[in-house]
Amino acid sequence: MLMGLSGSGKSTLLRCLNRLIEPSDGHILIDGDDIATMDDKELRETRRKKLSMVFQGFALLPHRTVIDNVAFGLEIQGVSKEERYAKAEEAIAKVGLKGYESSKTSQLSGGMQQRVGLARALATDPDVLLMDEAFSALDPLIRSEMQDELLALQDKMKKTIVFVSHDLDEALKLGDRIAIMKDGIIAQIGTAEEILTDPADDYVSEFVAGVDRTKILTAENVMKRPEPVVSINSGLKVALQLMKKHGISSIFVVDPEKTVKGILFIDDAVAAVKDKKTIQDVLVTDILSVKPDVPIKEIIPVMSDSSSPLAVINENNKLIGVIVRGSILGALAITEDDQNDLT
Amino acid sequence: MILPDLPIGETVESGVYWLNDKFGFLMDIFSNIIDILISSFKDALLFLPPFAFIIVATILIYLISRKNIKLAIGSAFGLLLIDSMGLWTLSMETIALVLSSALVALLIAIPTGIIAAKNETIFHIVKPILDFMQTMPSFVYLIPAVIFFGLGNVPGLVATIVFAMPPAIRLTNLGIRQVPVELEEVATAFGTTSIQKLFKVELPVALPTIMAGVNQCIMLSLSMVVIAAMIGARGLGYQVLVGIQRVNIGQGFEAGLGIVIIAIILDRLTQSLTPKK
Ligand SMILES: Nc1ncnc2c1ncn2[C@@H]1O[C@H](COP(=O)(O)OP(=O)(O)OP(=O)(O)O)[C@@H](O)[C@H]1O
Ligand SMILES: [Mg+2]
Repeated sequence: MLMGLSGSGKSTLLRCLNRLIEPSDGHILIDGDDIATMDDKELRETRRKKLSMVFQGFALLPHRTVIDNVAFGLEIQGVSKEERYAKAEEAIAKVGLKGYESSKTSQLSGGMQQRVGLARALATDPDVLLMDEAFSALDPLIRSEMQDELLALQDKMKKTIVFVSHDLDEALKLGDRIAIMKDGIIAQIGTAEEILTDPADDYVSEFVAGVDRTKILTAENVMKRPEPVVSINSGLKVALQLMKKHGISSIFVVDPEKTVKGILFIDDAVAAVKDKKTIQDVLVTDILSVKPDVPIKEIIPVMSDSSSPLAVINENNKLIGVIVRGSILGALAITEDDQNDLT
Repeated sequence: MILPDLPIGETVESGVYWLNDKFGFLMDIFSNIIDILISSFKDALLFLPPFAFIIVATILIYLISRKNIKLAIGSAFGLLLIDSMGLWTLSMETIALVLSSALVALLIAIPTGIIAAKNETIFHIVKPILDFMQTMPSFVYLIPAVIFFGLGNVPGLVATIVFAMPPAIRLTNLGIRQVPVELEEVATAFGTTSIQKLFKVELPVALPTIMAGVNQCIMLSLSMVVIAAMIGARGLGYQVLVGIQRVNIGQGFEAGLGIVIIAIILDRLTQSLTPKK
């Protein structure tokens, strides 16, 4: 996922990948073959079979109908007419343009033309898709549909997609890794969280300023280390001492495998000590817990309904972190402070 | 002021004789080819009797012009008028000359235009030649044609071919240069060879402009074929010439009208062939 201000070199970088622009230096490896040093013939084969491109300005061939545009790449490969039409129809259906096969491209709306460009790139079934603002002209509904389609495609076919986008939300939704470009240089590359939580410089943090962090940051990003915890076999006194020492009003109780057994509140503990009860007797087993990859947006409502802390539990039911109210607010506030410093 | 009398005329003359001497056989071959071309077109056009021809032509024009009924009916009337003026054979001869010369001119001009669009060096050589050719009055072309090919249809046609080429070269060159960069990139990105790129992207996209060149080429051929009557080309032009020489207003006017009718039909027909953008 390539992002950056207009003129920062996103299209230029994308074009270097299929050598529409000759890179002046470096290597471009696909399956171990370096595109940058290929001769004309190898390059042509690679472009035919492995790479295809969706253009920023659609770039449909005006003299061809929709289906002939979509079948263009296959035609260049020398695929027979029946076969390429069959594949082209499949691609047209994928982008939701069934019924427009024999229309002239000039009669279609911008969004439809863009989808023809998309279908043209999909029809050759390439390993690598280069997409230059491929969804920019689509209305929100179709856009979101196309994004889902692309995600499904990537999931199923394991394609490599290099996607240029101006839309941060789109980048965050689609991108495994996001590169933020500035003046022809990649300012930072990393996952959405990495970029949001640890921007490389002011430019990057300013760039991601508008993002709704609660959608991106997950439980894992805001949780604290699960300390202190008390073992289920310890005495109540130990538990009370730990709580006093750390100045907290509740503590998670775990077994030796670090599986959460419940939560112990300080008031219950004090009362229990007087009545000579054990931890098990006053343990509250009905606790709130989340998985580490749950976005904060979903955690906030859960937390606001209760005053007890939230346990973050991995797939083996191990306690890996704790979220208290303060930690969410803290995580959101820190990043917002950063932005205020910039302006 | 006394300037030395430069022997330009003599030099050119001896140069021409030298060329004729060394390459005369090539010109004979060329001359034969053109002769065959003209007579085959003529035979084809005169194969049907006028009335049958008009019916077939009207239907063909209707189909070729994508069902332009006005053009088809207009053409039918024009052709009937030509026949009723007794100019049928002469008109078919003129059309044969136009088609032959336009065909040869386009066969040379379109590839030249494509090469000029691809190669800057060639372009810089061709461009001044075209500029020069277009500033020359049309009948100047007749002189070298007569020198090399004598009198008759062949030199008339040679002059016509040379005269009709420049706009077709120019517009082909222009059309290909105007193909949007992004479309060139699409072709490249999908792995076209340069031949595929030319035939599947560049030529089709440039077609409207190239067709404008074809149209001009045909129209210039027609005008030149008429002028070429001065060096013995036949057809309606010759009829006009005779009309002028004998001050026979009626004959000259009728032949002139025939030329206009043919011009309009050819013009509209080639225009309607041009794909709409
Ligand atoms: N690494 C680079 N080296 C030299 N020139 C560059 C480099 N990157 C970009 N440029 C130049 O910057 C200009 C704009 O680049 P480009 O078209 O890639 O911008 P973009 O990020 O795609 O912008 P937009 O969002 O408007 O599409 C181009 O003229 C390009 O030549
Ligand atoms: Mg761009």
